Amino acid sequence: MMRFSLGSRLAQVLPTLFLVSIIVFGLQQLMPGDPALIIAGESAGDPQVVAQIRNELMLNRPIPVQYLHWLGDLLHGNLGYSWRLQEPVAALVAQKLPVTAQLAVMAFVFAVIIGVPMGILSAAKRNTAWDWLANGVGLFGLSIPTFWLGIVMILVVSVWLGWLPPSGYVPLTQNWVRSLATTVMPAFVLGNAIAAILMRHTRSAMLVALGQDYVRTARAKGLSEPVVVLRHALRNALIPVVTLGGLQLGTLLSGAVLTEQVFSVPGFGKLVVDAVFNRDYPVIQGVVLVTALLYVVLNLLTDLLYLLINPRMRQA
Amino acid sequence: MRRTFLAASAAAFLMACLLSGAVSRPAFAQTLRIGLREDPDILDPALSGSYVGRIVFASMCDKLFDYDSKLDLVPRLATGYEYKDPTHLVLHLRPGVRFQDGEKLDAAAVKYTLMRDLTLPGSLRKGEINAIGTIEVIDPLTVELVLKSPDAPLLSQLADRAGIIVAPEAAEQAGTKFGLHPVCAGPFRFVRRVPEQEIELQRFPGYWDAKSIHFARVVYEPIVNSAVRLANLQAGTLDLVEYIVPTDAPAVKKDPKLRLVMDDSLGYEGITFNTGHGPMAKSPIGESADLRRAFALSIDRKALIQVVYNGLFQPIAQADPPISPFYVPSIQPLPRDIGAAKKLVASSGFKPPIPVTMIVPNSPDLLQAAQVIQSMVQPAGFDLRIQAMEFASSLAAGRAGDFQAYMLAWSGRADADGNVYSFLHTGFGFNYGGFSDPVVDRLLDQTRLTTDIAKRRDTYGQLWVEERKEMPVLYLWALGNIVGMKKALTGFEQVPDGIIRLQGLEMAKSGGAN
Repeated sequence: MMRFSLGSRLAQVLPTLFLVSIIVFGLQQLMPGDPALIIAGESAGDPQVVAQIRNELMLNRPIPVQYLHWLGDLLHGNLGYSWRLQEPVAALVAQKLPVTAQLAVMAFVFAVIIGVPMGILSAAKRNTAWDWLANGVGLFGLSIPTFWLGIVMILVVSVWLGWLPPSGYVPLTQNWVRSLATTVMPAFVLGNAIAAILMRHTRSAMLVALGQDYVRTARAKGLSEPVVVLRHALRNALIPVVTLGGLQLGTLLSGAVLTEQVFSVPGFGKLVVDAVFNRDYPVIQGVVLVTALLYVVLNLLTDLLYLLINPRMRQA
Repeated sequence: MRRTFLAASAAAFLMACLLSGAVSRPAFAQTLRIGLREDPDILDPALSGSYVGRIVFASMCDKLFDYDSKLDLVPRLATGYEYKDPTHLVLHLRPGVRFQDGEKLDAAAVKYTLMRDLTLPGSLRKGEINAIGTIEVIDPLTVELVLKSPDAPLLSQLADRAGIIVAPEAAEQAGTKFGLHPVCAGPFRFVRRVPEQEIELQRFPGYWDAKSIHFARVVYEPIVNSAVRLANLQAGTLDLVEYIVPTDAPAVKKDPKLRLVMDDSLGYEGITFNTGHGPMAKSPIGESADLRRAFALSIDRKALIQVVYNGLFQPIAQADPPISPFYVPSIQPLPRDIGAAKKLVASSGFKPPIPVTMIVPNSPDLLQAAQVIQSMVQPAGFDLRIQAMEFASSLAAGRAGDFQAYMLAWSGRADADGNVYSFLHTGFGFNYGGFSDPVVDRLLDQTRLTTDIAKRRDTYGQLWVEERKEMPVLYLWALGNIVGMKKALTGFEQVPDGIIRLQGLEMAKSGGAN
């Protein structure tokens, strides 16, 4: 059964990506603005220059022809070249994806470290000060705009206190300490809202689990409260939380866009935002395609994680 | 549980100490870190179209000529020039100059580069120097440019990207990939670039003017968000920011560790009216010069600049700023006169309220300025509707003539031709409004025939008198170059083109560039 599910999931990947490629190619044609004008920059006033650029980029060809040309390159493993930077899109993706991945993982770790324990505490100490504190933190995380929080953190932490650099990025492989220093603030900002969501869902799931008969039985057998909560209730409560966590991890990849803009982190999100503003179609197409692939893979991994957490599901 | 909590707290504390130490600058000696407002495009002088790319080129690639703070042409790779006649320009080159890969810079290299600019597929320089017919190498240090016709602005192009001379062998070997690792004859050589993160350059010891360079490395960091750019300057992680937005200028002035350097730039902000480009020209304001003049008379530029830009910019009524040698002092903005504006509206034949839709690029200060204009023109009988648009979309709309009024800035050129010709001449690329006036066309062509600045300025004076009759472009204010830097940085010379030049720039010993 497991092999059949995995196989059918894998078989869905290619059609999904094909559909995504058509949609993104079509949608970007609807964007107003001429890429040739943007590329020409301050020379956009010379019609010959603009015409030449349009010719070289095949922008004067019919859209289906442009798409087939791009698809043909893609099938040969070539994602094309950035019109603005003239670097291979694949190289840009390979360069930027680890940055966003690092940010997303750190944000997820923050979210889990903050959100899950607070959710457990809130459920276990329901209607106490701990519950209210956790709910307050949750409300803060959900309400505060990422952009605002980022700017305020830069002002307080970097400018006033001088504790961390305001922006930028250093790769982990170059200097792990400086890398963490440049990513801890954006990761916190990014993970903040997710922490709130995880907290709320963990709390709800725990309240349901703690109300079950097997928990009452565990208590009746004389097990300590921490053992009842963490070893018995939490295991079952984690199932919906893991689902949510998997979805949120995917959301983090797209949510990183705004955070990367604020903190000038040269990641995937910033790459695609700049590509949109500059009408750099090959980069937009490449990034969206890779993102779609990542979503598919993440959903697959989430399903596999279920099987690991709850042995009963392996028999399904 | 308690032990776990204490252990976790200790670990967090240790990590915090480690990370806060990471705020200190990387262990490079004498590195200058410059913040840019955006990421440059391709670093090939022939293919680059971005403004900030010129800032990076200034450190990496010397030009034949350059401008000083007074906008006088100064020698760089060329030591001088002369016109044998209006179509024969002779350039004399500096002896002993080497490219960063060791190649010799001579007349052959200059010819190679100029031909590359003219013939490379996608070259954005072609239109700038297409007055050049042939290039003759007279001797190793002398080049003669034979022009198709007299072209006064050509020299100014040789003081910009078209005048950057690239290493021929390196360019031939790299082909279309030259922009990924450019090789020129400037004070710093290219080391590496991480797109959207940083561009690293290293001092070139063989630079012909090496004694003017006082840094071992320069790193450019593009930071789009102006508040974050300022935060980096305040936190000390940047030494200089090439553009501080006007609303952040007071914060830099107040900071005892920082210095603000402000001067006129070559650029301007204006409103282009569609007077003859497509169906959108058939609007009241497109069809009536009286209405356009009334619109202009309704605006108090000084008050507008004070409200939106803290009075930092200068009001103008022409395309060149006061600092330009082509500036015509007699052409001044008329003071706001609602009475006169109303009379012009009445004589236009159109009944108020006159609907006008103005495209405004989606930036906070421009939208604010547009709102101020909206309230200023309303008493004269205009119903101004603001259509905020993302920049690329607005550019496309402008080019297609899909507008009635378009609030558009231009970064400016040292030679007035670059600020006027393409914008007002019939059929030219930046003439988005489709303006056409044979008198203006004739005057524009006339300005190109002589290199005498005084004569050209006189002709521009006549041109502005003509232009004001029809007012296809309403010039509002001259932009400013607002540079923020550490106080310890000395030797900075502001040039109106806004390009950051590193010659002479150095950090006092206690300043912190490490």
